[in-house]
Formats: sequence, C-alpha cells, structure tokens
Amino acid sequence: MARQIINITVNGEPRELAVEPHWTLLETVREQLGLTGSKEGCGTGDCGACSMILREPHDERGRLVTSCLVLAPEADGCEVTTIEGLMRNGDLHPLQQAFIDSGGVQCGFCTPGMIIAAKALLDGNPRPTLDDIRLGLAGNLCRCTGYTKIYEAVLAAAERAG
Amino acid sequence: MRRFEYFAPQSLAEAIALFGEKGEGGRALAGGTDLVPQIKEGTDKIPMPSYLVSLRHVPELRGIEFSESDGLRIGAAVTMAELDESPLVRERYRALADGAGVVGSTQTMNMATIGGNVCNAAPSADTAPALLAHETVAVIAGPDGERELPLSEFWRGPNATALQPGELLRALRLPPPPPNTGGVYVRQTPRKQMDIAVIGVAVLLTLEDDRIRRARVALGAVAPTAIRAPETEAMLEGQPPGESLFAKAAQAAAAEARPISDQRGSAEFRRHLVRITTERCLHEAARRARGA
Repeated sequence: MARQIINITVNGEPRELAVEPHWTLLETVREQLGLTGSKEGCGTGDCGACSMILREPHDERGRLVTSCLVLAPEADGCEVTTIEGLMRNGDLHPLQQAFIDSGGVQCGFCTPGMIIAAKALLDGNPRPTLDDIRLGLAGNLCRCTGYTKIYEAVLAAAERAG
Repeated sequence: MRRFEYFAPQSLAEAIALFGEKGEGGRALAGGTDLVPQIKEGTDKIPMPSYLVSLRHVPELRGIEFSESDGLRIGAAVTMAELDESPLVRERYRALADGAGVVGSTQTMNMATIGGNVCNAAPSADTAPALLAHETVAVIAGPDGERELPLSEFWRGPNATALQPGELLRALRLPPPPPNTGGVYVRQTPRKQMDIAVIGVAVLLTLEDDRIRRARVALGAVAPTAIRAPETEAMLEGQPPGESLFAKAAQAAAAEARPISDQRGSAEFRRHLVRITTERCLHEAARRARGA
C-alpha cells in the first residue's frame, strides 16, 4: 500500500514524513524520527507510557493523548510535544528537575509519559490539589508503584512555578 | 497492526460518497480509543476493516449548539473532554457531563467521541443512561439524506446499532429539559478511574410545587443495551419527593434491571447496586433540581 505524506511539527521542528496508514504516531516518532523517549507499554491506551501532547490546527491548546492509539496519518497538520521537547537551552524542564529531586523515578519506563501527562495537567491547572493530580495522572501506570513520590514531584513543580 | 486503506475526507458528503464507492468492509474512525485496539488485537468482536474513513476533518460532525426551543445538538465527533468542559452541558445536561467525565483517563476523554461511545453500543457506555434519560434522538446521515431515530431504537444489542451500511451518525439531539430539572449519573466500579461500569444509573427529576412533575430513570450495564425504567418513573411522577418514596422507587428500579452475571459482577450483586445507586441518585437529582 502506498505511503502517505504527512506534515507534523514535532517539538517545534516541522517534519515531512512518508507513513503507512497502519503505523501509529508512537511508531513514527520512535522509529522514523528516533525519538525513543516515549515508550510503548500496553499498546492499547491503558498505561499512558506513550503519552504525547497533540495540538490540532483548529484547537487553541494541545491535548494529552495516548500516541499508541493515534494512527500516524491522523496527526497530519498537528503539533506534537514529546518528552524530548521539554528541555530549554540545555536546562531541564521544572517538572523533570522535580522528578529527580523528589525521587519520582524508579525503573523509569513510565517517567516520560508521566512527565508529559503532568505537563498537560499543569498547562490547564497551574495549582492542582493532590486529588487533581491523582485524577490527571490516572491514565499513567507506574508498575514500580512509586505514585506517592510522583505526586510529590508534580506538587513541588507547581509550587516552584508558583 | 493489520493493514487497511485510509481516507481522510474533508466533508460529510465526501465521507458518505467514499462508503458508497468502496462498499463493504469499511469503518468510520473517530477518536480511535475503541477501534484501534480492536484492530490491533484482531478481536472477533468486529470484522477486520479493509478501509478506514477518518472523520477528523469533517466539520459537520463538530460543535455543541443549544437553543431554548430545540435543546442541545452535539456533533458526533465531539469529545468526552469537550462535553465535560462545556458550561452549557454542565448546567443544563448535568447527567451527561457526569457520564462523559468518567470515561477512561484524561487521554481517553481527549480522544474518545460521543458518536463513538454511542456507535460502539456497549451496554456499559457511561454516556448511555444520561442520553436515554434525556430522550436523545440520533441524527443519521446516509446516501439518501438524513433520518432520525430515538436512541432507544438505535441500540439493538451489545455492539449492534440500527446504522445501515454507508450510514454515519451525524449528531445527537437532546430536547430542552423543563425548568427545575436536576440530573445526575453515577456508576459503580472497583476502581475510581480507568474502569468499566458494573452498573450505571442516570436520574432526571423535574420538581413543581414540591411534587415530581417528571421523572426519568435509565440504567446501564444491566441489559443488552442501556434501558429506561418506566415503572420506576411512573411510581415517582406526581408524588412529593421523599425518603420512603425514593427507597420504594429504588427497589422498583432493581426489579426492572435485567442483569447478567459476568466477571464484573453477579446478577444479584448488580441488582443490589442498582437499588442503592438509584436511591442516592434520586436524592441528588432532587437536590440539584432545587438548585442546591
């Protein structure tokens, strides 16, 4: 089957890619662009390890999605933010730093999705309560079960941005 | 993932024409939260599609509109998050906002659409009881134009709808609720988030001179489709709201449920949950109808 050309902006950089319709956005970003921060856990939208922020042309703001369920051609014309797009001028994003400071990382597999989900949460709600955070991250599983320190990291990042 | 052809029409007419040209074996793709996992897993729940028609760029399927005379019109591609965040839906169709607000995770709610939730036709769909309670009508587009069908006739069983090949769900129409109506949807799940309803209950109560002028009670996950509970509604209408009436009505709702036993709960447990949940929903709907 013929590949289709899609235009997407990934972490601020415009890209033109030839994709198969049955590839997912996650596969395209990891394998065509080599951005392997986003992980595939379940592949069925349950674990959140593949979370990315996707902004459609008609939307004002980006929305958190599970990129394992987005077909690559569906992202045509969209802006995508992955974990690789959070650093600024060589400095870690405040959320990344807070995860390190709070020890919100164990094996690390869920961390990129967790941080992207936390960013989407703080973009819409800069001063979340603990319950807001638990709800906002409900779609991101940590099988090391280190949730407490993850929530503490998000709270700390919100306070620091304060 | 299995291979398929992919089309991204720019209008509703183009989408309908595509289904006509390509014939059998196609599926409409909206949020993809149900369809993409089904294709990946190759389940036997649905036949594997040979082509997908993406609804992402079809403007006719977007938007939430309200007028006092016609009520609410929701485009089929409106997401759960859009419904949950809409002040209009929260104010006038609170039970629907309650239902849309518990579907999966933030990610799911950002992707999943109301049209997908309706067309997937799961008996446990979290928007289904509220849509039934609001007497929602499906607006269906096809090669010969549009037709309308109440959702009670649209759903034919688990994963089965009245949509004919080549037809698309275009929008949902919800009549305006009378003044002093309170609505609520509550589901029961082992986990708070990321779970499927063991049972769900939606209640709408319209109060007038401290009597129940109109009652709507709808149940999810206790029959092959979401269902209304007409005997319970009749028992409530015309009566003054109160504890003993609500307890009696909740028992009637449990009797109207026709649950099966499966891994999420036994039939007996589901009846028990329907009784308790209906009673709580009646109190909450009355509270909301009084503007509390």
